[in-house]
Amino acid sequence: MATFTGQLINFLAALLLLIAFAMLSQRRILSLIHLFAWQGFILALSTTVVAYSTHQPHLYYSAFLTLVLKAFLLPWILHRLIIRLNIKWDVETMINVPTTMLVGIALVIFAFNLAAPISQLADTITRSTLGIAMASVLLSFLMMITRHKAVAQVVGFLAMENGLFFAATSATYGMPMVVELGIALDVLVGTFIFGIFFFQIRETFDSLDIKNLEKLKED
Amino acid sequence: MISSIFSQLFQTLLIVVLAPLLLGWVNQCRAWLQNKRGAGVLQPYRVLHKLFHKDAVLADNASSLFRTAPYIQFACMVLVASIVPMVATDLPFAAAADVIALVGLFALARLFAALAAMDIGTAFGSMGARREMLVASLAEPALLMILFTPALIAHSTSLTTIVEALAHREFVLYPSLAFAAVAFAMVALAENARIPVDNPATHLELTMIHEAMILEYSARHLALIEWASAIKLSNYSAIGIALFLPWGIASAGDWNAVPLALAVLFVKLLLGGAGLALLETLSAKLRIFRAPEFLGTAFLLAVLGMLMLEL
Amino acid sequence: MEILWLLGVPLCGGILLALFGHKHWAHELNTLMSLATFIAAVVLTVRIVNGGPMTAFSEQFFIDSFNVFLVALTAFVGFTTALFSRAYMRIEQHHGKLSANMLRLYHSMYQLFTFTMLLALTTNNMGILWVAMEAATLTTVLLVSLYRTPASLEAAWKYFILCGVGIAQALFGTILLYFAAEKLLGAGGNALLWTHLNEVKGHLEPTVLSLAFVFLLVGYGTKVGLAPLHNWLPDAHAEGPTPVSAVLSGLLLNVALYAVVRSKVLVDGALGSHLAGNLMMGFGLFSVVVAAFFLSRQKDVKRMFAYSSIEHMGLMTFAFGMGGAVATFAALLHMTVHSLTKSAIFFTVGHAAQKMGSQLIENIRGLIDTNPTIGWGLMLGSLAILGMPPFGVFASEFLIITTAMHEHPWATPFLLVALGVAFAAIFTRVQEMVFGETTGQRLPHPPALIPVFVHLALVLLLGLYIPPYLADWYRQAARLIG
Repeated sequence: MATFTGQLINFLAALLLLIAFAMLSQRRILSLIHLFAWQGFILALSTTVVAYSTHQPHLYYSAFLTLVLKAFLLPWILHRLIIRLNIKWDVETMINVPTTMLVGIALVIFAFNLAAPISQLADTITRSTLGIAMASVLLSFLMMITRHKAVAQVVGFLAMENGLFFAATSATYGMPMVVELGIALDVLVGTFIFGIFFFQIRETFDSLDIKNLEKLKED
Repeated sequence: MISSIFSQLFQTLLIVVLAPLLLGWVNQCRAWLQNKRGAGVLQPYRVLHKLFHKDAVLADNASSLFRTAPYIQFACMVLVASIVPMVATDLPFAAAADVIALVGLFALARLFAALAAMDIGTAFGSMGARREMLVASLAEPALLMILFTPALIAHSTSLTTIVEALAHREFVLYPSLAFAAVAFAMVALAENARIPVDNPATHLELTMIHEAMILEYSARHLALIEWASAIKLSNYSAIGIALFLPWGIASAGDWNAVPLALAVLFVKLLLGGAGLALLETLSAKLRIFRAPEFLGTAFLLAVLGMLMLEL
Repeated sequence: MEILWLLGVPLCGGILLALFGHKHWAHELNTLMSLATFIAAVVLTVRIVNGGPMTAFSEQFFIDSFNVFLVALTAFVGFTTALFSRAYMRIEQHHGKLSANMLRLYHSMYQLFTFTMLLALTTNNMGILWVAMEAATLTTVLLVSLYRTPASLEAAWKYFILCGVGIAQALFGTILLYFAAEKLLGAGGNALLWTHLNEVKGHLEPTVLSLAFVFLLVGYGTKVGLAPLHNWLPDAHAEGPTPVSAVLSGLLLNVALYAVVRSKVLVDGALGSHLAGNLMMGFGLFSVVVAAFFLSRQKDVKRMFAYSSIEHMGLMTFAFGMGGAVATFAALLHMTVHSLTKSAIFFTVGHAAQKMGSQLIENIRGLIDTNPTIGWGLMLGSLAILGMPPFGVFASEFLIITTAMHEHPWATPFLLVALGVAFAAIFTRVQEMVFGETTGQRLPHPPALIPVFVHLALVLLLGLYIPPYLADWYRQAARLIG
């Protein structure tokens, strides 16, 4: 049975990686938020599976927290925001999608190599997913770099946090509860601040394009 | 030995003879899904029959390449059909070529199709050939990557060995195989000139790929090409089933299992054909410039699947 | 108990000021809260000096001579900055730059920011340390964009995104640390307690720890402002209100460096090699050089001093990286004097910019004529930060450079050239600003310059004579860090 749950977690990890790539290639902002919600949902699911197979009750709490926060609350807030700000269609990427994908594959290979020696040391059933977690962190990072729009950057930021959370569950069965609560609080407050920012940027520049925010440079 | 040879002949003939039936079934399903009556599942046979009885018309400047290309394409497809295990894994001929050679055979057939299309020198032929090569140049590496994933799991590139290994293992959830399966479906759509990359039912000059290449063919040549593409579709279905849904296939020498294996195969093909028709009804054709992105995604999935094996 | 006061006061202050921060007496309330925090810090310090290291609340908090000295420094600079901000923000309000709501946000966030820094310093849990560092970003990010100008919004956005990404790397490092610790200490909250980790550091898995340290260094290093991750720092310093620049430079960078040093202690123990130190030396030296050369090209006075902060943080990182009693002693001393001097400089620069209505160096002229105290404050502060004797910065820089000559001679030319370039750049500009023709306006409220001279006097004192108990205290901390 343990092996089956192990495979299930692997499978969910693979889906997370796939979603990270889908986010990287997604041009429309609304779909991006939906993908983010799915990522949160799969994260919660995999945490539940880990909790079930390792009998770690505190992981159920963090799975629940993830589900509420990342699969519903944050996407809902973002959704409300883009409706309030009236920006549903405008997303573009800086370099073209296939190139981004190729860079993404290179990052995945790099992450897998980096994680390999650590995975060897882990005795958790989920150890092989550490590389995937690292890869999704790097892919979200790539997404933040390649995007021009503020909302897309924020989704990238939150996706990176998801990847880190997945790393925590996959390598160590979750961080201590206090820390996890603290992280969740930080993420929530951070999202609110991002929301405030959207309005401020919008008010000042009439657009949410980060290109407007490139005046401060060394001359 | 005799039993093996018989098994070989039986399977090859099965694919070659029944390939138009699968095509007919897909077309029939598509008609039903579009609320039409359809021409019946036997329509491809009628078309082939008609074409074989017509007199061939050749362009004045057609070289011998133009005339031999259909035979080569047909031969390649029959050859592939004799390598892919469908009912039983008992295929002595399969030792002649592994999965990499398989991709090579597909490439050979395509090469001749493209050369023949350019041979006449019409605008459509050249355009179709160019587009075909564009799609192929992206689909082929993806196909190779896809085939490597099961090959790595089974530690062999021989198709029969892979199928043996995959069919007779306990149930293991391989994310890699799932990725490879999705990628394979995408590549198969592109390679068989189906929606969303090409539309087999249209002759719209701006969008057609495969049909543009064979515009100049008629009669027996056209019949052979049509038949070859039907076999190609069956081959791809067979490869997909063998790699990703191999359960139920009969082991070498186990003749008692063959009737059951045959029944299972028919069910799989019926479902697969219906699925293909559904997919084609639901999705729209991509702009030709989006095709690289579509195949790029397939390549990405295949590479991810292969990388995931290393974990 | 003192810890409860120390953390409780700014937290309550944050809540109180969120309610009353727009009232006209909010400035005084802010100062009062900071004073109370400072008193709590002094009481705590006295206790640690007399009683040695302590833990509290089932080991969730840990105070030793290293962090108590930073707690005292943080609370002190927090208090003097509140004093300064009382006058400064009144003038800003008078100039019509701030609305009541902005002021409320400012006051509330100022207290909460103090709270997060003190939490980061006193916590024993490496996870909570991360949470507090992230919270410190969150509380200051809206302060940077307080004026809502396009430039300030851009600076805040950059600050948020860059530090957010950086700090995410630190979280990954923390996860790896926990991963290594869990095997020795068992799952659960104790595996991230620094004291426990410190006891078993010799047995932690070296491969994991070295990878963890790279992530921690990159993550917290972003907040320290180490090059090449420093891009947010000059913008945030230049565009935020001056009191915020003062606490960012004087305190937040220190706290981030504190996090790096705490991690280094663990990693050194686990690796038994000098990897962590070498990495820190490399990053530190690079920052010093990069900052010095960017310094010479600045047109905005606050940006210029922001780059000077990067340079000095680099110098400290380099010194901590060298390790050993003398270098660590020098680094701690430098931390203290840099905090005091740099915040004093920002105080004077803030008032100077208010007087001239511009932050551009070319618009600030003749401070010595219009307001001699501001002029002298800026001149003395700049001389102090440039390492002129007899100020304390001279002592610490002298110690760092002599140690470097001794142990890593290859690094000395870089350091000397960088310090020389920085000296030339800052000195010529400051001279122009202090002397020269002027057309400044009168300030509607008297400027707050007492904090400036208190800070500078302390720096001078530390340069001339380090009281024995203070020296003893530094030595203890240096021994702890190793």
